[in-house]
Amino acid sequence: MSLLELDDVKVHFPVRRGLLFDRVVGYVHAVDGVSLTVEAGRTYGLVGESGCGKTTLGRAVLRLTDITSGRVLFDGTDLAALPGEAMRRARRRLQMIFQDPLGSLDPRQNIESALTEGMAAHGLGDGRAGRRARIRDVLERVGLPAGALSRYPHEFSGGQRQRIGIARALVLEPDLIICDEPVSALDVSVQAQVLNLLEELQDSLGLTYVVIAHDLAVVRHISDRVGVMYLGGLVEEADSDTLYAEPRHPYTRALMSAVPVPDPDLEDNRERILLRGDLPSPASPPAGCRFHTRCPWRQPERCDTERPELTDIGGGHRVACHYAAGIADGTVRPTTELAPRVLRDVPPPREAAEPARETMTDG
Amino acid sequence: MTLLSVEELSVTFTGRDGGRRGPGTDAVCGVSFTVAEGEVAGLVGESGCGKSVTSLALMGLLPRRGVRVGGRAVFRHSGPDPVDLLSLPPAALRDLRGRQLAMIFQDPLSSLNPVVPIGVQVTEVLTRHRGLRGRAARAEAAHLLERGGIPDPTRRLKEYPHQLSGGMRQRALIAMAVACAPRLLIADEPTTALDVTIQAQILELLRELVDDQGTALLMITHDLGVVAGICDSVHVLYAGKVVEAAGRRALFAAPAHPYAHGLLGSVPRLDAPRGERLHPVRGSINDRLSWPDGCAFAPRCDRYTLECLDATPELTALPGATGGHLVRCVHPVGNEGSAAADTPTEREASA
Repeated sequence: MSLLELDDVKVHFPVRRGLLFDRVVGYVHAVDGVSLTVEAGRTYGLVGESGCGKTTLGRAVLRLTDITSGRVLFDGTDLAALPGEAMRRARRRLQMIFQDPLGSLDPRQNIESALTEGMAAHGLGDGRAGRRARIRDVLERVGLPAGALSRYPHEFSGGQRQRIGIARALVLEPDLIICDEPVSALDVSVQAQVLNLLEELQDSLGLTYVVIAHDLAVVRHISDRVGVMYLGGLVEEADSDTLYAEPRHPYTRALMSAVPVPDPDLEDNRERILLRGDLPSPASPPAGCRFHTRCPWRQPERCDTERPELTDIGGGHRVACHYAAGIADGTVRPTTELAPRVLRDVPPPREAAEPARETMTDG
Repeated sequence: MTLLSVEELSVTFTGRDGGRRGPGTDAVCGVSFTVAEGEVAGLVGESGCGKSVTSLALMGLLPRRGVRVGGRAVFRHSGPDPVDLLSLPPAALRDLRGRQLAMIFQDPLSSLNPVVPIGVQVTEVLTRHRGLRGRAARAEAAHLLERGGIPDPTRRLKEYPHQLSGGMRQRALIAMAVACAPRLLIADEPTTALDVTIQAQILELLRELVDDQGTALLMITHDLGVVAGICDSVHVLYAGKVVEAAGRRALFAAPAHPYAHGLLGSVPRLDAPRGERLHPVRGSINDRLSWPDGCAFAPRCDRYTLECLDATPELTALPGATGGHLVRCVHPVGNEGSAAADTPTEREASA
């Protein structure tokens, strides 16, 4: 059953100019028509590079950012149309975990106060003692000592602060938690602890997650279904395993080939798709397919004039590319200059004492 | 041939309390490694392990007050005699820095001057070290930016850092660093602030530089994937000491130190089967280093015994391994008495 359903959600930010009188000179199309469905009890991963609109989309679901148009159906209610007070009450069931745990905690508020505030605002818990019991229970779940209650955010390490952020979301007994880059500020060894914690909590509490991250390996690890965003829109969406086994959109393929894997043999022999240039400005997105300016498989027709729709190619795998089928079966060839390449190592494998270097060959 | 040989480098922050010299905080304690010509050496570790402080010490960029630097860093520059970077007079160091030694920093925006156009910042290096001026300097700067992969370089020269994207800024910084074809380039987390597709571009650029110019690269990073892709040799740092050093294949095939092993186990991988839990390292790094009381990793280690606390473990050759695989551990992983301990099944069992 779907818990959250987005229907053609758009978030446009006006660009204002002028000294005395503001006038709107254009719009930044941060999120430009995203439709997706999140099943209850599952994890939906949103992945993309900075500036693709994934954070704005997450904030729009909670209405922390106003939605320009579209519908956000949560458990059957359209959040986009809810009046202020009703939305505030709805937020008990929709919580968020932020990227920077120190920045999202008040430095002058101790942990007990930070955790009680939300419960008081939503009228949860039975008096002070009841709330305290609930907080202790949640702290234990996230792996923090009960002594943490009277301490302040600066007294904790990064990983512990993120646990506090998770606890703050959990005390309200939410159904859906939006995790915006939950581990990107943490060290690798601590990152794994927090990822495992999120998984354990989902298993025991039946939570639904929307995980927003730029790290594909993290998203793949934790998500059941993954959506790839580029410049305000979804370009590909599939079940996690399908997406990583058979990426169909050129951008997804480039993104996956760019992620370094901690395995030297694999690193030397895998196909790399290097994208040229940077992300275009979302204030004046390119016409047609948003990705055509950097796409290695760009074709002379359709790509720069017609924006591809997200279409199902079977088994719930949706791709927004005119030539997805052609690219998959090899009839559409990449432009030679941007073609995928393989880095090969010089045999035999070297040792630390005698360094050699890779040579570049065209794949 | 060895280009840079770092011997027992130690850095202690003694604080700003003027005359009252306390014991101070050790950031790096006794790090030794070598970088050969044309080699890519990696320093890997998490925040606080001393990898950035090592690079700053080598470049002579640490403040002179409140910091004690010990050890030697012998650098074979193009002149007749090798020099010790740590005891070189500031003027001599300034001549080397930028010409034979160069550095790329993590955050390109804060290492570029925001109120000076890119062109002026690039030509400054050329004027100082290669004596180029005026039109010749500008032409060379444009050429450097172009080689760094910046389109329309003549226009970019007139722009300010904020007008460039993150990847573009890092390219400009690399262009400045390689302006004099240095013998050693130190890159401190050069791609951490960038998106993955841009990261791939920058790594490709660095790889080309190493291949074409024979520049040695000291790569400082926390990302094991980056290390696997670019480094020839890897030094894993923990709490200011090298805990494991090996060729990259040896290290990734069979990490011997429990910390290196734990780090590899805690990275979610694109190529691993899904649905498995990660194996994180317990706890988090301690602010105060405790090497004198035994192994500093012991409180987080699964293989810890009382033996670990007897004395600081030495960096010794891994029993049964070839090719200079060094490890600082009493109970290295994959060494439970059998010679065939490096098989994958054995490694998984001990994880």
